[in-house]
Amino acid sequence: MPFNLLVLACFLYVAFLFTVAFVVEGRAAKGRLGWLRSPLVYTLSLSIYCTAWTFYGAVGYAARSGLEFLTIYFGPTLVFVGWWWLLRKLVRIGRQHRVTSIADLISSRYGKSNTLGVIVTLIAVVAATPYIALQLQSVVLSFGVFASAAPDGSRPLDPGQIAVWVAAGLAFFTILFGTRNLDAREQHHGIVTAIAVEAVVKLVALLAVGSFVVWGIAGGVAEVIARIDAADLAAWQVAPGRWTGITVLSAAAVICLPRMFQVMVVENEDEGHLARASWAFPLYLMAMSLFIVPIAVVGLERMPAGANPDMFVLTLPLAEGRGGLAMLAFLGGFSSATSMVIVESIALATMISNHVMIPLWLRLRAGAAEDDLRQVVLMARRLAIAAVLALGYGYYHVSGGSAALASIGLVAFLGVAQVLPALLGGIFWRGATRTGAILGLVTGLVVWAYTSFLPSFGPGAVLPEAVFAEGLLGFGWLRPLSLFGTEAMDPIIHALFWSMALNVLAFCAGSLLTFPGPVERLQGAAFVNVFEGAVGPQRWARGRAEPEALLGMAQRILGEELALPLFQSEARAQGKEGFLPDPTPGFLDALEARLSGSVGAATAHAMIGQLVGRATVTVEDLMAVASESAQILEYSARLEARETELTRTAGALREANEKLMQISLQKDAFLSQISHELRTPMTSIRAFSEILTEGDLPPDLVMRYGRIIHDEAKRLTRLLDDLLDLSVLENGAVQLTVGLASLQGMIDTALTAARATRPEREFQVIRDLPSETIYLKTDADRLTQVFINLISNARKYCDAARPELRIAVRHKGGRVTVDFVDNGKGIAKDSQALIFEKFSRLTDANRAGGAGLGLAICREIMQNLGGSVAYVPGQGGAAFRVTVPLRLETLAA
Amino acid sequence: MRRPKRPLFLARAPYRRRRLRDAARLLPVLGAFLLLLPLLWAPESRMSLSSGDVIYFFSVWLLLIGLAAVFASGLRSGDGTDEEED
Repeated sequence: MPFNLLVLACFLYVAFLFTVAFVVEGRAAKGRLGWLRSPLVYTLSLSIYCTAWTFYGAVGYAARSGLEFLTIYFGPTLVFVGWWWLLRKLVRIGRQHRVTSIADLISSRYGKSNTLGVIVTLIAVVAATPYIALQLQSVVLSFGVFASAAPDGSRPLDPGQIAVWVAAGLAFFTILFGTRNLDAREQHHGIVTAIAVEAVVKLVALLAVGSFVVWGIAGGVAEVIARIDAADLAAWQVAPGRWTGITVLSAAAVICLPRMFQVMVVENEDEGHLARASWAFPLYLMAMSLFIVPIAVVGLERMPAGANPDMFVLTLPLAEGRGGLAMLAFLGGFSSATSMVIVESIALATMISNHVMIPLWLRLRAGAAEDDLRQVVLMARRLAIAAVLALGYGYYHVSGGSAALASIGLVAFLGVAQVLPALLGGIFWRGATRTGAILGLVTGLVVWAYTSFLPSFGPGAVLPEAVFAEGLLGFGWLRPLSLFGTEAMDPIIHALFWSMALNVLAFCAGSLLTFPGPVERLQGAAFVNVFEGAVGPQRWARGRAEPEALLGMAQRILGEELALPLFQSEARAQGKEGFLPDPTPGFLDALEARLSGSVGAATAHAMIGQLVGRATVTVEDLMAVASESAQILEYSARLEARETELTRTAGALREANEKLMQISLQKDAFLSQISHELRTPMTSIRAFSEILTEGDLPPDLVMRYGRIIHDEAKRLTRLLDDLLDLSVLENGAVQLTVGLASLQGMIDTALTAARATRPEREFQVIRDLPSETIYLKTDADRLTQVFINLISNARKYCDAARPELRIAVRHKGGRVTVDFVDNGKGIAKDSQALIFEKFSRLTDANRAGGAGLGLAICREIMQNLGGSVAYVPGQGGAAFRVTVPLRLETLAA
Repeated sequence: MRRPKRPLFLARAPYRRRRLRDAARLLPVLGAFLLLLPLLWAPESRMSLSSGDVIYFFSVWLLLIGLAAVFASGLRSGDGTDEEED
């Protein structure tokens, strides 16, 4: 394969990527993205997890360590199938808070602290630089394969030169499409689509090589299986510790790698895409690793001893004379390397510019409010991208493409994994504080550097050999590869164990022992409870910010074309004309969120803070919100209680009203009745007295008529007496003659007196005489009157064939109750409430001359005697209970 | 912040949705178990490669992907109807 052809193919491929990115950017600018915003593109863009290290290196890894290479994919698989736990929350937070990078997320969560942003940026840059160098190295190596394979070998190839060209080309592409504009959310459609295309290329390339190996060389699946079993297994051994440890490590890395965070969270268009990616991305990973083992086995078998297994993907097709296939494989590897470098450098550049360069710029040029910050930010990004790539190249150059690079993948994973405790703690634990996060991150960074990163250069390179042998400063327990005397551990597992353990320890201890600031607590609540809607007070109290100054600042960051409409719509929402809304807390919040999408939360917060001119929210504000919501709860509880009370009162009122209506009806009925009652005796008195005045009557007739007149007059008098009696009792003007009297005597008197009522009826009276031997201090005459009335009523109204009256006396606690129970059918339930009212009489069937005043009088008497009379339902007949105090306390008056 | 009161018992459809979420949460646990299981097969705490192992791992992998795919469609369609978090 001519080397020039290879270079040409490379250029064509890159030109193709440029075209794709360019076309997509154009469509995005017109808002016509269509299927380009599909879950498919999202899933494919996630494939930047598979770098050249996995594309080429997986085969080498399999050739050296057997199935262990799978653990690199198992971690991400577990994280993605478990997306409901973590990724869903991460993406939601990222969208809600317009997070621009993982450093921004950490900084924003812990009170928009720029210190944290700087630390995370530092970790990311340190971990990513060797990784970028690794990508450059893989490209150089793959070029080298073709160069050495060229038959004439005429072209002497300088690896350094290739690396320079590759780095420069990548920087150019990334700057061109990664910093076209300062988006409200840091999204790059062109690049994401280009990455998706590259994902397809590398998958197709690997599958093509794999298929060729399985069906072209080995001769079918069964053959391959036989070869795997027949291969020399001696070297293929895996320690359980490494297996578990690397699975955990790769799971942590897929969450924390800046480039993964960029495509997974920052570039996410739609949370639904994550659901699709939860299975589609593991599927992609599985497809990528499907043919790794066959390629490794066949490669080991076919290639000469000493051939680099990392390059089997290229060298196998070349050795079999398949130049086209090798070219495809080369492009696949090239894609893997470029896509990783592009996204990684964008992610790192965002962090560096937002957390290091812009804050520095703002501090250095505090007075210069007039410059267009957008251009500054974009320029900072461009410089940062160039710097990141230059660092990668520098690292490659210094390390000289040594074999040490091969192991740098896991070392880099472990470096970014140091962010994991602060990240998980930040989104699941409200108690995590800024100090804790700083302590954890710094501890993790130091331990990682000491036990993994620096030793990866080899003994004597950075750390002197004496340190390896005898420990730091001669302390044996500080040897970098066996910290605290843990000698038996695999180096990477040793570093993983100690860095994570000490990191988590420092993080938890720091969080438990410190008290978070108000903004920090607010952000903590907003992050942890992201699914529960808005939390807490607004971050800005109404400050002294001048709307004009705010507009000026927004224009500097967002540009006039975005800032003006934003201010105008807010002003309109406030009911104002023009472009200058009042700086309400809500508006300041919205503005801050918008700005943080461009320059990061910490910078946006600091900039607004400068204009507003006071500390944002205070602890008192937080407490006020807490007590406010408690007050609201209490208030609503009180309202509820009030409402039930009102309902009860309304019910009572309704009842009273009904009763009043009935009484009024009764009164009407009684008036007509009393006129009737008065009229009947009057009529007979008049008629008989007229007859008497005519004279000439036999004496016996005179006597009879006279008696009738007398009786009728008596009846009239009785009626009038009752009415008078009642009115006296009601007015409380009654004179009581209080004295000691025997209850038994009173009942005897009453029974005798009541016998006059319907004397024809034979009434059986059941008494318990011993219980009646009680002496009461009361008005005996009045009480007897009540008894007579009750007994007479029983005689009158009891409708049983063999009428009975039971009189039961009970004495309890200074009160005496006397029950009069007959065996009739009693009083209907709805009438029970009325019988004690004046003028009430239940049925006209048995009216025996009373005017319906008896029970009303009884009630009044009992009230005057300090007792009561009540109807007791459910006693097998009409039952009245009279309650009197044993000793009537007469009022002092 | 006080959480709003949530109903103690659910109708059939929300109940199923919630169990689906539980299943989605348990899936990585199952996956970790199945992927670490072969470590126990190895004699003398070491594992060597055989074609059986390769087939086992890829089968587990496919199983996880299939289950995740089944859960994902249900979780997505159920999303948004009630935004709860537990």
